[in-house]
Amino acid sequence: MPQVTLTVNGKTSSVEVEARTLLVELLRDKLGLTGTHVGCDTSQCGACVVHIDGNSVKACTMLALQADGTKVTTIEGIAAADGTLHPMQEMFREHHALQCGFCTPGMVMSAIDLVAKNPQGLSEDEIRHGLEGNLCRCTGYHNIVKAIDASQSLMHAKAAE
Amino acid sequence: MNAVFQGIGASVRRTEDLRFISGNGNYTDDINRPGQTYTIFKRSDRPHAKITGIDSTAASAMPGVVAIFTAADFAGVGGLPCGWQIHNKDGSPMAEPKHPILADGKVRHVGDPVVMVIAETKQQARDAAEALVIGYEDLPSYSASRDALAAGAAAVHDDAPGNLCYDWHIGDKDATDAAFAKAARVVKLDLLNSRLIANPMEPRSAIGDYDRSGDMHTLYTTSQNPHVIRLLMGAFVLGIPEHKLRVVAPDVGGGFGTKIFHYAEEAAVTWAAAKINRPVKWTSDRSEAFISDAHGRDHDSHAEMALDADNNFLGMRVSTMANLGAYLSTFGPAVPTYLYATLLAGVYKTPAIYCEVKAVFTNTVPVDAYRGAGRPEASFLVERLVDAICHDTGADPVALRRQNFIPRDAFPYQTPVAVQYDSGDYFATLETALKNADYAGFPARKAAAAAKGKLRGIGLSTYLEACGIAPSKLVGQLGARAGLYEVANVRVNPTGSVTVFTGTHSHGQGHETTFAQLVVDQLGVAHNQVQIVHGDTDRIPFGMGTYGSRSLAVGGSAMVKAMDKIILKGRKIAAHLLEASVEDIEFKDGKFSVAGTDRAKTFGEIALTAYVPHNYPIETLEPGLDETAFYDPANFTFPGGCHICEVEIDPDTGVTSVVQFVAVDDVGRVINPMIVEGQIQGGVAQGIGQALLEHAVYDAQGQLLSGSFMDYTMPRADNLSNISVGTENTLCTHNPLGAKGCGEVGAIGSPPAVINAVVNALSAYGVRHMNMPASADKVWNIINGGLRAAAE
Amino acid sequence: MYNFEYQKPGALADAVKALGAADAKALAGGMTLIPVLKQRLNQPSVVVDLAKLGLSGITVTGDSVTIGAMTTHATVAASADIKRAIPALAALAGGIGDIQVRARGTIGGSLANNDPAACYPAAALALGATITTNKRAIKADVYFTGMFTTALAADEVITSVSFPIPAKAAYVKFKQPASRYAMVGVFAAKGPAGVRMAVTGSGQGGVFRFTAAEAALASNWSAAALNGISVSADNMMSDIHGSAVYRAHLVGVIAKRAVTAAG
Ligand SMILES: Cc1cc2nc3c(=O)[nH]c(=O)nc-3n(C[C@H](O)[C@H](O)[C@H](O)COP(=O)(O)OP(=O)(O)OC[C@H]3O[C@@H](n4cnc5c(N)ncnc54)[C@H](O)[C@@H]3O)c2cc1C
Ligand code: FES
Ligand code: FES
Repeated sequence: MPQVTLTVNGKTSSVEVEARTLLVELLRDKLGLTGTHVGCDTSQCGACVVHIDGNSVKACTMLALQADGTKVTTIEGIAAADGTLHPMQEMFREHHALQCGFCTPGMVMSAIDLVAKNPQGLSEDEIRHGLEGNLCRCTGYHNIVKAIDASQSLMHAKAAE
Repeated sequence: MNAVFQGIGASVRRTEDLRFISGNGNYTDDINRPGQTYTIFKRSDRPHAKITGIDSTAASAMPGVVAIFTAADFAGVGGLPCGWQIHNKDGSPMAEPKHPILADGKVRHVGDPVVMVIAETKQQARDAAEALVIGYEDLPSYSASRDALAAGAAAVHDDAPGNLCYDWHIGDKDATDAAFAKAARVVKLDLLNSRLIANPMEPRSAIGDYDRSGDMHTLYTTSQNPHVIRLLMGAFVLGIPEHKLRVVAPDVGGGFGTKIFHYAEEAAVTWAAAKINRPVKWTSDRSEAFISDAHGRDHDSHAEMALDADNNFLGMRVSTMANLGAYLSTFGPAVPTYLYATLLAGVYKTPAIYCEVKAVFTNTVPVDAYRGAGRPEASFLVERLVDAICHDTGADPVALRRQNFIPRDAFPYQTPVAVQYDSGDYFATLETALKNADYAGFPARKAAAAAKGKLRGIGLSTYLEACGIAPSKLVGQLGARAGLYEVANVRVNPTGSVTVFTGTHSHGQGHETTFAQLVVDQLGVAHNQVQIVHGDTDRIPFGMGTYGSRSLAVGGSAMVKAMDKIILKGRKIAAHLLEASVEDIEFKDGKFSVAGTDRAKTFGEIALTAYVPHNYPIETLEPGLDETAFYDPANFTFPGGCHICEVEIDPDTGVTSVVQFVAVDDVGRVINPMIVEGQIQGGVAQGIGQALLEHAVYDAQGQLLSGSFMDYTMPRADNLSNISVGTENTLCTHNPLGAKGCGEVGAIGSPPAVINAVVNALSAYGVRHMNMPASADKVWNIINGGLRAAAE
Repeated sequence: MYNFEYQKPGALADAVKALGAADAKALAGGMTLIPVLKQRLNQPSVVVDLAKLGLSGITVTGDSVTIGAMTTHATVAASADIKRAIPALAALAGGIGDIQVRARGTIGGSLANNDPAACYPAAALALGATITTNKRAIKADVYFTGMFTTALAADEVITSVSFPIPAKAAYVKFKQPASRYAMVGVFAAKGPAGVRMAVTGSGQGGVFRFTAAEAALASNWSAAALNGISVSADNMMSDIHGSAVYRAHLVGVIAKRAVTAAG
C-alpha cells in the first residue's frame, strides 16, 4: 500500500493508506483525530475543514496521498500548547456560536482562515459571504457571525505581537 | 457560592462548548469498538416494486465480506413499532401495516433498505453491496397524497385499502356547520405545506455491540431519546429485555425531530452484532440520509373561515391530506392529528372548529416530526387564512388579529379542539413586535425600496404552539402508547458536588448548562460543581428524551421535584445535627439553618454527614443523599408570540431577501437568555428556510430530485440576516418552573410571517396566496404573469 | 470510491505517458473529480496527480494574461496583476464555490471538466482564450464541444490558458440557490476580438455565445441596447430551480447587468 507522510498539528506521521483513502478518513480513522467531522458527500457542508499549509480546505475532498509532505492543522491543534484557547474558540463560546457542535470544528477552521487572510477587517456581509462553504443547521448563523466579528480585533492584535 | 450569578436568568456560557470547540466531542461516528465491522445497507433505487430475487453469490465472495442479511434472516424479528394509534371517524383503529427491518417481498420507497452487507471495512462493504443482484418488478408509484388516494391506485400496503391510514376528525361538526350557516361571509383557502428534510449536520450513525460473556447488547446511536429506543427496540423488535440492553446516545449533532424515531438500522446493527459476535457500525452518508431519515410536513389542505358582518371569526373548517410516506414512523400518525388539529384555534377565540384529516401511504420516505411537528402546519394554515381574510375583506392584518384574539382575562381558555390554554398575552407580544419592527414606518421603507426598483412587503404571524410534551393521561386518551413524563435522579456526592441524571437528551440545547443553573438556583451549589448526565440507559433510571420542547418544562420540573426531596432530607439531617425540629429548619443560599438563629450547616456538611453517618439519626433516616423524581405534566404548555418579517423582492429575477425579521415570543420562565435567543434564532432560520429555500421534491417517477445539498437548498449565512429576538413572557401556571419551551417557536411562527410578507410585496400583482418555498422562479412567474395580465 | 493506482509524476512527459493507460484520469484540484469518484460515477485505473508538474503561475504581458493550468482559483482571485489586467477574471475566480474550493480548484480542471454550470468556460469563450496543452493550442471557439465535453484527447493535459486583455469586461453570476454554481452566468467583453458575450449555467449544450446580444452591443455598448433581445427557451436547461423559460429570461437580465458592470 502507498505511504503518506505528513505533519499533523506539529507531529509527523507516516501511514500506509489505500490510494482511495480521503484525508478526512486518514485523520479520523488512522490518526484518531475525530474533531474533524463529515457532514456530507458532495463537498458542501464544511464540517471537515482543516488547514493545509495555512489554507483552509475540505478534508473530504482530498486524497490522503495529496497531503503528502504537507503541514495539516486540525481543530485539535489550534489551542496553544498550554491549553490556552485560540481567540476564535473563545469567541465562539462567548457569543454562543454553537449548539450541537457538529459544524463547529469546520466553522472555526474556516473562520480562522477567513479572518487571517483579511487583516483589513471584514464587514458583517463579508463574513456571511466568507462562510459560503460551511453549513450550520442549529444557530441560524447570527451568533457565528457575531463571534467571528468579535475575533477579528483579537486575532489581528495577536498576529501583531 | 460563585461571585458571578449563575442561577436562573443568567446567560451562563455553556459548559459543553469546551469540548465542542476543541474537537473533543464524542459523537457516535467517533466511537470505534474493538473488532468492529462495517455495514452498508443496499437500498431500493425504485419507489415501488416487487422483489423477484436477491442473488448475493458474487457479493459474498468479495474480499472482506463478513455477512450478508436479507429480510429472510430477520424472520423472527418484529417490525418497527408505531408509538401512536389513531382512530377513524367510526372508531375503528388506523391501518397499521408492518414496517419490516429490511424490505420483505416488496420495496415501497426509494431508499427502502433491502440487504445488509457487513464487511471488514466500509469500502469493502460498499464494494460488495454493488455486486448484489436484486430483481425487481416495478409497480405504479405515488408521491403525492392526492394521487395515492385516487380511485384505483395501486396499494402501497395490501392491508391499507385505498392507501388510507386513517380518516380522522376533531371538533364539533354540527356547531361548525351552524356557524357557517349564519355566516355573513366565508373565506376559503387551499394550501400546501411543503415537504422538508431535517438535515441535522451530523448524519445518523449506529453501532451494535454484543458481549457474549454477559449476554449484553449495546447500541450506540444518534438518538434524541435512548430510553425510548431501548423500549421500542427491546420490547417490540428484537425481544431483548431491558436489563440486557443498553442504549447510548452520546453527543448528538442536532436532531430537530428526525432523531427521535426508532430506525431500522438501529435494530439491524444490534441484531447483527449478536449474530456475528462482532461490533457492527453503520454511518449514513448524506445522500443516504436524504432517502432514509424521516421527512417532515407534506400537508395538502383546504381551510374555510366563517365570518360575521364585522369580521368576527365564527367557525373554521379544515380538511387535510397528510402524506405519511411508505411506512408508519414512530410518531408519524400523531403529527397531523394531535400535534396539528388541536392547534387550529391558534390565538383566536373562534368558537367552533371542525377538522378532518386523511392520512395517506405513498411511495416516499416516511414522514414524521420535524421541528414543530404539526404545529407549523397549523400555524401556517391559520395565519395564511387570516391574511386571506384581510385580502378578501380589506381588513387590516393587525386590527383583524387583535379583534379576534383570545382576551387576556379569558385564561384558562378551553379551545373547541380539545386543549386548554393556561396562560398567554397575545396583545403584549404583538405590541412589542410592532414596536421592534417599526411597523408604522413600513410605508416609508416600501417607498424607498420602490425607488430602487424593489418590491417590499411586510407580514406578521401571531402564532401559538403546544409543547412540554406531554400529560400522560391526556395523550393516552389521544392515542399515545406510552406516558410522556420525565425522570430526574439528583445525586449529591459526599463532598457536596451534584450529579444529575436526566432522561432528557441534549443535542444542541445546552442542558449541561441550563440544568446546572436549576441546581445552582435551588441547592445553592456552584455551577462548576454540577454535572448533568444524559444519554445512557445504564446510567439514567428512565426517560422519554428530548423533543416537543419538553426538556425544561417536563425534565426540568422533574429535577425541581427531586431537589425538593433532597432539601427535605437535608433538613432532617440538619435538624438532627443542630438539635432542632425539622419544621424549624430552613434552607436558603446553600445553608440549612434554624429559623431565627445563626445556627446553620452548609449544604456540603449535610452531604458529608449523609454519607459518613457517624452522628446520624440512623433509626429514622437512611444514609445517602440521592433522590429520584418522576414528573408528569398536568397539561401542555403554550408558548406563542408574534413574528414580523419584511422582505424585498427583485422583480427582474424574483429573488426574495429577508431584510428584517423580528420575533417576540412568550416562552415562559427563561433560565438562560443567551440559550433561548440562540434556540429562537435557529428555529427562525429553519422557518425562513422552509418559506424561501428548502423543498423536498419528488418527480413523477418517485425519485427524490432534491436528494443532496446540490439541490436541497439549505440556508447559508448569506441567505439570512440578523434575527431580532425579544420575549414578553407569561408564566406557565402548572409546572413548578413556569417554563413553556423555546425549541420550536422559531420554526412555527416564522414561515407564515415570511409568506405573508412575500404575498404582501406581490399584492400589486393580485396575489392572494403562495405555497412554500417562495423560490425565485416561482416569484418571477407570478410577477411575469401579473405583468402580462396587466399589459393584456 | 473504487480503488485505483495513484501517481504523482514530476515531469509532464511522464504524466502524459501515465495518462495513456486505459481509464487513467488526471487529478488537479480534485474539487470535481473527487466528489465524482466518491459517488462511484467513475472508475479510473490510475489517477495521475498533476501537482508536481510546475504548471501553476501567472504571466501578464501587454496584451495577454497567461495562467498555468494548476493555478488555483484563490491565486487568480488574489493576483494583483490579473486584477489590473482583467479584473473581471479575478472577480470570476473569487466567486467560484467557496474559500475552500478556491484554495484547491484550478483553472485547468475547470476548463477540462467543462461543467455546464461552471464559471471559467464563460470567460474563456467571451475573451477568446487559447487553451494550451502538451500537444497543441486550442481556440476557445472550438474547444467547448458540449456539456462536459471538450476537444481534449484522453492523454492531453492542459498546461496553460491565455486570455487576450479586453478593453472592458465583466462577469455576473446568478447562483443556483443550493449548489451555488452558476444557474446563469454571463461574461461580457469588449476586446481585440470585438464584442463577445458568453453564457454559462443555462444552456443544454453547455457554455454558448449570445450572438444576438453581441450584435446589438457591437453598435451600442449599453444595457439598453439589449432591450427586447432574448435567447430562446428551447435550448435552456430546466430543473427544480428554474424552468427553461425562467432561465431564458434570466439570461436577458444578467446580460444587461454584466454590460452595466463592465462600464
Ligand atoms: C462546493 C463546490 C462548489 C463549486 N462551485 C463552483 C462554481 O460556482 N463555479 C465553478 O465554475 N465551479 C465550481 N466548482 C467546481 C470547481 O471550480 C472545480 O475546481 C473545477 O470545476 C475543477 O477543477 P479541479 O482543479 O478541482 O479539477 P479536478 O476535479 O481535479 O478535475 C476535473 C476534471 O478535469 C480533468 N483535469 C484536471 N486538470 C486537467 C488538466 N490540466 N488537463 C486535462 N485534464 C484535467 C480531470 O481529469 C477531471 O476529469 C465547485 C466545486 C465544489 C466542490
Ligand atoms: S464533509 Fe461536507 S464538505 Fe466535507
Ligand atoms: S451547531 Fe449544530 S450544526 Fe452548527
